[in-house]
Amino acid sequence: MMAEMPLIQVRGLSKRFGRQEVFKGLSLDIMRGEILAVVGRSGTGKSVFLKHLIGLIRPDRGQVLVDGQDIQQGGSRHLAQVREHFGMLFQGGALFDSLTVEDNVAFPLQEKTRLSDAEIHVAVAEILKDVGLEGVEGKFPDQLSGGMRKRVALARALVLHPDIVLFDEPTTGLDPILVRSIHHLIADTQAHFHYTAVIVSHEIPQIFDIATRVAMLHDGVILEVDTAARFQCSSNSAVQQFIAGRLEGPLTPT
Amino acid sequence: MARRRPPLRAERDASIHVVRFLLAQLGAAVLSLLAYLGCIGLFLGQSVGLIFIPPLKIRRVMRQVQFIGARSLLVIALTGLFTGMVLALQGYYTLTRFGSEAYLGPAVAISLITELGPVLSALMVTGRAGSAIAAEIGIMRITEQIDALEVMALNPVRYLVVPNIVAGIIALPLLGALFAVIGIYGGYFVGVQLLGVSSGTYFGSMTDFVALIDIRNGLYKSLVFGLVMTFLCCFKGYHTGYGAEGVSQATTEAVVWSSVAILVLDYFLNSVLL
Repeated sequence: MMAEMPLIQVRGLSKRFGRQEVFKGLSLDIMRGEILAVVGRSGTGKSVFLKHLIGLIRPDRGQVLVDGQDIQQGGSRHLAQVREHFGMLFQGGALFDSLTVEDNVAFPLQEKTRLSDAEIHVAVAEILKDVGLEGVEGKFPDQLSGGMRKRVALARALVLHPDIVLFDEPTTGLDPILVRSIHHLIADTQAHFHYTAVIVSHEIPQIFDIATRVAMLHDGVILEVDTAARFQCSSNSAVQQFIAGRLEGPLTPT
Repeated sequence: MARRRPPLRAERDASIHVVRFLLAQLGAAVLSLLAYLGCIGLFLGQSVGLIFIPPLKIRRVMRQVQFIGARSLLVIALTGLFTGMVLALQGYYTLTRFGSEAYLGPAVAISLITELGPVLSALMVTGRAGSAIAAEIGIMRITEQIDALEVMALNPVRYLVVPNIVAGIIALPLLGALFAVIGIYGGYFVGVQLLGVSSGTYFGSMTDFVALIDIRNGLYKSLVFGLVMTFLCCFKGYHTGYGAEGVSQATTEAVVWSSVAILVLDYFLNSVLL
């Protein structure tokens, strides 16, 4: 049986910031329609990894292939075309703080589609309802709570129905109930829109409930990647130490 | 039989190392300066190029014209008024020494139209709007709003930089002209109302001596200052460092660089235009 081609293939990624070597030949396949959680200790370059996937950062060596094509080959126009397939939820939301919630979510529609104002209004109301937010259209991002801001950012990331959505710590700084509700939201919208999700997360063990597969980033490479169930039973002592949050083990608390 | 290495050789090696090290440092500094200048050049090329490649974000341009132009009116009016008044006062006492106070009108007008109007209005707008532009773009950078635009496959330069530059090119000549007009009336108030130059002399000699070329030169200067000031403020904001400190430093540098650039360019424009 021939295996399905991965949607995103990361091949031998190396990146160095000054003296710090962030990636040392990292490789990873991301399959179409899966929810891949990327976990790892703080400062191992998980956000940097996401930014490589979407071409915000260029690798020193190695490639990122989306649908078999290197995203860095073919210039900025090609990169722009590739990015049309992506949505991204940034760590802080990255909402435009001079625009209202409605204008924030409407922004990609206004810029990327030829919909009329009335159609955009309807589409925005619909997606805001999907993420469980109604009646905040006229507010500015600064007037919202952290959880609401994440939801607005999620709505903005999903409004063009992208094939791939990257989540950079979608739940950091939220209470446990909100964490679960955002996770459910991701799982529900993923089931609804069938996008491929890559989630950088520190939510152990909650993230295992929604992830199809889990990859652990450590020391510039993917230490382990497996289904959520098998990942939790991994024989790798570093993985076990990380999941349990123990101080003793191969990972040193620096 | 093994020969011992003469100590001279080691000394020479050491001095070669020192020279090499110094050359490497110098080279690295020059290279990084060149890279920075190249970065500025590319950014300028992209920003100016995108003015002519549609779509131009008209609504953002209008908003920035309002921000840079309309909201600077009060400060321009005040500085223009008092600059004209000071010019008239200084000019009057200087000119009476030569018995030529009849030339007060043209002296005030030419100073304001060709020099002080464009330069001082550009400096005032740098302090008022340029700092705000740099801070706004800097905050958008550190809160990943610029990344968000890129992820949406939109060119952040088109959205954030181009409207500011176009607005600067539109607003600064108007503000410079307004500065000069208000200054001329400030000079009129001091010269004619307070110091007793006749009104007919003040304005009459002005029309005799102020040539259209003076007004044109003032206009050219304002156009260049509008471009350079908004560009530098956007550039500094766009390439801000990390965190609040990075943004505050970028804002300060934007204002300092713009102000210096305005004064330096003023000299060179004068030498070309006059």
